[in-house]
Amino acid sequence: MTAPTLLSIRGVAKTFGRNAVLRDISLEIAEGEFLTILGESGSGKTTLLRIIAGFETATSGELWMGNDRLDHQPPYRRRVNTVFQHYALFPHLTVEQNVGYGLRVAKRPESEIAERVAEALDKVKMTSHAKKKPSKISGGQQQRVALARALVNRPRLLLLDEPLSALDANLRRQMQVELKSLQREVGIAFVFVTHDQEEAMVMSDRIALLRSGELEQVAAPREIYGRPATAYVAQFIGHTNLLKGEVRGGVVSCGPLVWQTSLPDGPILFSLRPEHVRLAAGTTAAASAIRIRGQVLHQAFHGATELIRVQCSDGLIFVARIPGGSGVQSEVDLEFSAADAIPVRESPERA
Amino acid sequence: MFSRAYKTVVTAPPLAWVTVFLLVPYLLLFCYSFWSVSPAETIVHSWNLDNYHELLQKPLYWQTLLRSMWIAARVMLFSLLLGYPLAYFLSFYAGKRKDLLYQMVIIPLWVSYLVRAYAWKTILGSDGVLNTLLQYVHVTRHPLDFLLYSPFAVVLTLTHIYTPFTILPIYAALEHIPRNLVEASHDLGATPAQTFWKVIFPLSIPGVVAGATFAFVLSLGDFLAPLLLGGPSGIMISNIVVSLFGAAYNWPLGAAISLGMLMIVVSLLFLSERLEKKWSFS
Repeated sequence: MTAPTLLSIRGVAKTFGRNAVLRDISLEIAEGEFLTILGESGSGKTTLLRIIAGFETATSGELWMGNDRLDHQPPYRRRVNTVFQHYALFPHLTVEQNVGYGLRVAKRPESEIAERVAEALDKVKMTSHAKKKPSKISGGQQQRVALARALVNRPRLLLLDEPLSALDANLRRQMQVELKSLQREVGIAFVFVTHDQEEAMVMSDRIALLRSGELEQVAAPREIYGRPATAYVAQFIGHTNLLKGEVRGGVVSCGPLVWQTSLPDGPILFSLRPEHVRLAAGTTAAASAIRIRGQVLHQAFHGATELIRVQCSDGLIFVARIPGGSGVQSEVDLEFSAADAIPVRESPERA
Repeated sequence: MFSRAYKTVVTAPPLAWVTVFLLVPYLLLFCYSFWSVSPAETIVHSWNLDNYHELLQKPLYWQTLLRSMWIAARVMLFSLLLGYPLAYFLSFYAGKRKDLLYQMVIIPLWVSYLVRAYAWKTILGSDGVLNTLLQYVHVTRHPLDFLLYSPFAVVLTLTHIYTPFTILPIYAALEHIPRNLVEASHDLGATPAQTFWKVIFPLSIPGVVAGATFAFVLSLGDFLAPLLLGGPSGIMISNIVVSLFGAAYNWPLGAAISLGMLMIVVSLLFLSERLEKKWSFS
């Protein structure tokens, strides 16, 4: 990331009573970046967002925006705006008045307010609903108004708290695309909170995966998928096979499987994506390929691909993603390349 | 769903109750207001508008009515001024003490009205707690006599009695405001004061209207506080009605005044409902 840092989160922790919700979070957000904070419910992702917005105070740690200490400012002084999970539109104001709220409390001249509100409404295609009250428009439209209401203030950073979670699947996919192109257009950094890994992959420049209040990995979608740092990351993002083994003298052994490696000696855990497990054709296997035979336990058709669960010897179970409509016998030969088995750290249980 | 017989059995008793104890008395009241009293003090069932005529002609009646409305308006204003901040504190800042404080608002309502009115009598009287204290600390040499038997005493007592009636609906309205609206307002750059005037207060208006209506309507019809604490200058319209139905034995005129008040109150309730509807969003 070559863009300069916009927001720097330094060692932020939050405890509610005895309950540690966030532990030592350090994260840099670049100008114009689309960063997704991904995590299960209870991982602390919303708390982190609320700390950035100023609705919660961190128990320890600092927030810096340029040379300003952000966490010492009340929410209404921060050049950060939020799109709330349930939109939080003011019910007594019209769409237009909602969007103009931030400019009006900043006492901008009326002519400027009118101009900027009209522009913002146009950007989210809500001009024709300007005079309506929020209760008279649909969820997707409220979503757009909430977005316009935040963006009209030209914040340096926009926070979005699971903004698409209340929408149905089709509208949601459409909004993902719109939101992403809007972000590119306005060039404002977005911090987007979600529990949906697919949504995170589609939209983000980088994903910060949060687990029980700690950052598990921060990386671009391709990297976090291709090179997961821990077993938890590998399992949370997409499907994976976890292989437990041991390295001794440059040789890995995972149950019946053995292959050469340059890794140091010791116990080891590999993540192997199902799409890297193939049905072996004939007898001519490549030299680097590792082969194993097993019984098909289960087959799930997904259209373009299907997932099969294969029981091999020594209790080893493989999930393989194979092209949709492949004929599969009850017993199959599987193969994968040693290079596709990515070593990952174990993810110990955390309270 | 339910049989016809069942519905009849369930609805008949309340319907009968309302008819016998509400509709019939009101109908009688209506009739009485067009009758008159003969010099021999019997009620003459001759239909005329004399009572209404007298009501508008004699300054005593409409002046007392105006004074009553003025007292009720002040009670309403003071109840709101006292009740709103308390309800606001209760809803937004009381935290763990919320339930306790809420109970403390409710508990005075368990104490008999008469006891509370008498309590003010002991406080405000010329030998009362307040005057004794003021003389003791040499603020005055003689007891202050405007404290008791004055409109002041009536307004004070009624405000004390009816403030909980304003707190409760305002508190309910404030509790209904989603807290993320307050956060959204701060997020958009509004200071706490701007947030209060632009978001919290407008959304609490239905509660304010309901509370104001309670305080005004209940005070307007009150007759005990003016009877006990009002003195001659603190007489309210209900005291006149009471005396017309009692010692003065002029039921028809009393009925006409009652009906006039009923009309005022009903139109106020109508207006307040319109206002509440206009300001509620859900």
